Amino acid sequence: MSKQEHLDLASFRARLEHGDENRFWRSLEELSNDEAFDEFVKKEFPHESQTLGEGVDRRDFLKLMSASLALGGLTACTRPLQQILPYVRQPEDVIPGKPLFFATAMSLAGSSAGVLVESHLNRPTRIEGNPDHPSSMGATDAFMQASILSLYDPDRSQTVRYIGDPATYGDFLGALSQVLVQLRSKGGAGLRILTESINSPTLGNQFQTLLSQYPKAVWHQYEAAGRENVLEGTRLAFGAYVNPVYQFDKADVVVSLDGDFLTQGSGHLRYARDFMGRRKVRLDKQEMNRLYVVESMLTGTGSVADHRLPMRSADVESFARALAAQLGVSGGAPPSSSQADFVAAVARDLQAHRGKSIVVAGEHQPPVVHAIAFAINGALGNAGSTVYYTDPIEESPIPQTESMRQLAHDMETGAVEALIIIGGNPVFAAPADLNFAHGLERVPFRAHLSHYYDETSALCQWHVPRTHYLEEWSDARAHDGTVSIVQPLIAPLYGGRSAHELLGVMTGEANEAYEVLRGYWRSKLQSLDFEKSWRKALNDGVVAGSTLPVKAMAAGGTLPPPTQNPGGLELVFKSDPTIFDGRFANNAWLEELPHPMTKLTWDNAALVSPRTAAKLEMGTENYNGVSPLAEISYKGRTLQIPIWVVPGHADDSVTLHFGRGRTRAGNVGTAKGFNVYAIRTSDAPSLGFGAAFGNLKETRQLACTQLHQSIDVKTLRGERDIIRVGTIEQFRRDPSVVPETEENKVRSKETFYPPFKYEGYAWGMSIDTNLCTGCGGCVIACQSENNIPVVGKDQVIIGRAMHWLRIDHYYRGRPENPESYHIPILCMHCENAPCEPVCPVEATSHSPEGINEMTYNRCVGTKYCANNCPYKVRRFNWYSYSEYDIPGRQAIIKGESFKAMRNPNVTVRSRGVMEKCSYCVQRVNAARQEAEKGDRRIRDGEVVTACQSACPGEAIVFGDINDKTSRVAARKAQPANYGLLTELNTQPRTTYLPTLKNPNPEIKAG
Amino acid sequence: MDSPTPHADVAARVPDRFVPVPTLQPGHSFASITDQISSIVLKRKTSINWWIGLSLAFCLVLLMLYSISALLILGIGIWGINQPVAWGLDITNFVWWIGIGHAGTLISAILLLLKQKWRTSINRFAEAMTLFAVACAGLFPLLHVGRPYFAYWLMPYPNSMLLWPQFRSPLAWDVFAVSTYATVSFLFWFVGLIPDLATLRDRSRSIIWRKVYGTLAMGWRGSAKHWHRYETAYLLLAGLATPLVVSVHTVVSFDFATSVIPGWHTTFFPPYFVAGAIFSGFAMVLTLMIPVRKVFGLQDFVTMRHLENMAKVLLATGLIVAYAYSMEVFYAWYSTNTYEWYMIMNRMKGPYHLTYVFLIICNILTPQLLWVKRIRTTPIFLWIIAIVINIGMWLERFVIIVTSLHRDFLPSSWGMYYPTFWEWSLFIGTLGFFTFLLLLFIRFLPIISIFEMRTLLPEAEAHHEEAR
Repeated sequence: MSKQEHLDLASFRARLEHGDENRFWRSLEELSNDEAFDEFVKKEFPHESQTLGEGVDRRDFLKLMSASLALGGLTACTRPLQQILPYVRQPEDVIPGKPLFFATAMSLAGSSAGVLVESHLNRPTRIEGNPDHPSSMGATDAFMQASILSLYDPDRSQTVRYIGDPATYGDFLGALSQVLVQLRSKGGAGLRILTESINSPTLGNQFQTLLSQYPKAVWHQYEAAGRENVLEGTRLAFGAYVNPVYQFDKADVVVSLDGDFLTQGSGHLRYARDFMGRRKVRLDKQEMNRLYVVESMLTGTGSVADHRLPMRSADVESFARALAAQLGVSGGAPPSSSQADFVAAVARDLQAHRGKSIVVAGEHQPPVVHAIAFAINGALGNAGSTVYYTDPIEESPIPQTESMRQLAHDMETGAVEALIIIGGNPVFAAPADLNFAHGLERVPFRAHLSHYYDETSALCQWHVPRTHYLEEWSDARAHDGTVSIVQPLIAPLYGGRSAHELLGVMTGEANEAYEVLRGYWRSKLQSLDFEKSWRKALNDGVVAGSTLPVKAMAAGGTLPPPTQNPGGLELVFKSDPTIFDGRFANNAWLEELPHPMTKLTWDNAALVSPRTAAKLEMGTENYNGVSPLAEISYKGRTLQIPIWVVPGHADDSVTLHFGRGRTRAGNVGTAKGFNVYAIRTSDAPSLGFGAAFGNLKETRQLACTQLHQSIDVKTLRGERDIIRVGTIEQFRRDPSVVPETEENKVRSKETFYPPFKYEGYAWGMSIDTNLCTGCGGCVIACQSENNIPVVGKDQVIIGRAMHWLRIDHYYRGRPENPESYHIPILCMHCENAPCEPVCPVEATSHSPEGINEMTYNRCVGTKYCANNCPYKVRRFNWYSYSEYDIPGRQAIIKGESFKAMRNPNVTVRSRGVMEKCSYCVQRVNAARQEAEKGDRRIRDGEVVTACQSACPGEAIVFGDINDKTSRVAARKAQPANYGLLTELNTQPRTTYLPTLKNPNPEIKAG
Repeated sequence: MDSPTPHADVAARVPDRFVPVPTLQPGHSFASITDQISSIVLKRKTSINWWIGLSLAFCLVLLMLYSISALLILGIGIWGINQPVAWGLDITNFVWWIGIGHAGTLISAILLLLKQKWRTSINRFAEAMTLFAVACAGLFPLLHVGRPYFAYWLMPYPNSMLLWPQFRSPLAWDVFAVSTYATVSFLFWFVGLIPDLATLRDRSRSIIWRKVYGTLAMGWRGSAKHWHRYETAYLLLAGLATPLVVSVHTVVSFDFATSVIPGWHTTFFPPYFVAGAIFSGFAMVLTLMIPVRKVFGLQDFVTMRHLENMAKVLLATGLIVAYAYSMEVFYAWYSTNTYEWYMIMNRMKGPYHLTYVFLIICNILTPQLLWVKRIRTTPIFLWIIAIVINIGMWLERFVIIVTSLHRDFLPSSWGMYYPTFWEWSLFIGTLGFFTFLLLLFIRFLPIISIFEMRTLLPEAEAHHEEAR
């Protein structure tokens, strides 16, 4: 008490005067209310001040636990702060059980595609393409479909954090304004903002305002899998950034230089629609376009190619130059002897189709290849007919890698005082040599606006949760510049803030995204009635007249001299086809979506050709998904990654998909796969040389949905009539392409039981394999529509993936350069289904309209039907995958929030029941209700299955085959129409059209 | 007749191997048979070995219960079955156990109708084995369904929804076949026990056991009327049971034969399965009888003739099975069907080729040793061969089920199946359950039919006295 002996009475008085006079107190010491008093109490009454940390006795423990339980229970009684009121008058359109559709747009890496979001009672449940949107045309890709899952992801950041601890947005704004005040006085010197590629005009405008207020601030942009090479290519070719737009519907001949324009990149859905439109070969349309592809890794585009030449990505430049030389473009170079014939043939073909051809380069190819492609298109007169240019769709494009390098440098030198990171995950995705994380920690003020509390957030002082695109107001440009208004479908689930709000705060202007957006468009829409045009834009999903005007670009400038090509083993860095640059790592649908070519799920691997694998002494086969682990030493960094053999991959080339191997992705995506970013450097973001491979003599078990990845149908001792292939020439000679043989013909359609009569509708499906790239959009569309669970890597390994629709991948020919075929397989809805008679409880039965229906409630789970299904399309709930109810197993998609996402019209299946494709019977029934109200038949096209709506190639058509005028009946009337395994007399309702190739007669096969 | 019969002279010159080994060692009387067999139950002290055996078996019963609990709580996902192999050890074990059950009915019913007297000393045991095997078999289809609590939907019962099982499904047929088989086998066994239960009642010194056996004997007094009715009933049951020998495994084979899967879709499955079942059933009877005979000193009743006869049945059915295997291969080749031929090649060379190799070794090569009389008449060899055949028959079912399913039509859907701990533990558990029931049976009921054995005595012949 020595310290307290002289009580500071003056301070008590001061305290009392400060409004504490009504307080009760026991002693002067208590009144003083300082640490010393606490100390005193502790000494005097040690028993009272005992804390948990010092050990608890049993009674106290029980007391505490029961109290906490009771209090914990009380939290469940907390009521929402907002008042909720029942509808006094029902809003006109909100009818339980009837979904509404709202138009919005999803942006990815600087480009967007329009979507229609299905909303049940204000809960968005599903993404459809917007048919009125030029980048979507009604189609969707896997990323768009799966974005609905990310919306409800409970792992998304739910609170503002300061150094990891929960804080409030107010706290953040306070801290931010303090910093901004200081920086403003210096003209913004030291203020840096790092964003991804921005394709929102409003946000771009906000940035311009911000930069005018802070003239010395720098806006950095970085997109790990962006369009930098394309834009730099345009600058090389035209001296300015422009946006190339292709019109594949007008092209007879297409040459892809390591490009996967059908399944990836800006506008790929539209490109696939246009391109595949030229490959719909029917009796009345016996012609198709021709596609040449040179590429290292087999892609969806490469699978479709009429001629595919595997080559190292680094050799594509010399190929392009050789082609350019043949076409008289300056900067060309003679071809290598082995390619001379091929190049000459392609060049002649292009020459013959001047103005009707396209040469397109892959996004990961260096700018010079793009420049060559632009030059060739110019020389062929394609520019203006099949290719046109507009202003960039990105706001203020910059050389991003350079910008990032600058930022990293400035952070190291201490020139950066405040760094605001809007979106992106640079700590994970920035080039490894920039040492971004190290630099970041030297920045005094750093904040991160992002969807997840991720690797970058963890290194920033401030983290602000960001709104999902379905929760925010914004706008977005599509591949041709068309703008869509992004409208929210739901209030932010986790209290996120949009970039507009943050920018609004920083510029001191409106901080409501809605106001910012309307303010911008009020100035842009030169219309008499703004409200009317605004409502129309919201309704249509596109802003009328916003498409960027065509710019006439004269291909000027000379190409730089050929890049040094060191030869030897190359590393090719590409974004992951299912989780992109890592941003979808916590999306379980995408994690479990099989890689279109390798059929790997949950993991990435170093993809090599069989010959290269042998050369690296890494084995030549991945039996049962067991894969040898390699250590790649590259530029002083190492990466351990399994080797996966891909037939058709170029030799001496290793494809590495970056995006996996996250350390802070969330419950789903953390520590899944291998982090390729660890060796990706800024000087070689897509192509690198000098890697050394070490065999670690270890293996990794990868989860592959198609065990024998290199299934060559011909080696199976006799032909299996699964894939039918022909050429356009064959088609013209005999439109059945593959004539009926003794093996595959249906000998008799007789069955033991009386046949069904279909007097009303007879639903059927036709899949044109010629239009399929294997992209996987339909797989996720089906998963989303039908509440299909995710099972996890361990379950995929033992063969329990649940996808109702799978895309089988087969090769034909030599493993160095095989032909590659995709065939989507779903329930065939056989007229004479082997599954139906074997079920002892008749849980799977035939509807009067020919749909093979599963009655989940009746299913006992004998699995006999699955055994007897020759197509193996039946899926069994070995566990309660949607919601685990057993100890020791965790659902992959878990959390209350996901319940709101599920399609209310589809049952969520329980443990122990069989399930499979239902032909989206819920959609059939919805259409039936509409039709019956109007006392009419369901019209053709009124029922669109989920897979059909997603497919950009329009490979899938569904309808009533009793209606002879329907599209599906027309397809089935094609002589080439065939069913799988019809020799078993299953009489499948799902039938296929063969894949057709249009080879150049000048080029010998292979 | 004052001179020795000429036959005796001839008999003396007949080589040993042509002298039939009796089905009952000479020198027994009615009393000695009754004494010796009933003493196992009534007089002999419970041996420590029995207790050890019972304890071990009980441990396995516990393992079985543990596996079943885990299955019901955690779900069928704990097994290794998957897409495309949706049936694995579960159905393998089901078919195996059902097959084992076949010897009982065959011995009891068919051999009775064929008046094969040697069956007398083994039928009781074989019938008990049948019952216990069917009990084990019945567990698997019940447990292998995804929702076992709804398994009763396979039964036709009146309900408010007017829902019936689907009678087109072989699984529905299975329900009838197996349940009928179990019922008839039980009745046959129990009816056959009644006179012996009465003997035990009369000889038992403990009041409790007298009550128990008395109740079970259902008032049997051994009157001529009783015997008359008993024999009529037994013969009728034998008649009823006879078609079951063929029907059960025929229906089980329909589970496979009616499907479209290469390797399953085969018209000769019914006879092939029935032969296989008898093959495995007799192998199991030998596996169990040889040690029991030794332990309880029953060599007088279960003579070498019995063992040899059973060995001959093994050899015969083994040859049928071998024929079936070769026909399977022949027709796959002869059909020129891609899928069929691939299925055979895959069995022989695919990832499961070892199971096929062992199957051939166990089921085709090993039984050929039985051509040698010395092996046929040496219990230890016979016992080893019987065990090998048991393993072989298990492998046969595994090969049929798993190798056919794992690679069928579309190569994209091919997969592998690896049984998990829980599948093995359930199987081993049922082995324990089976042993447990057998040990109880041995201890509490006469393992050899006393009254039927007595009929084997020369005294039982009507003209016995005259012959003497």
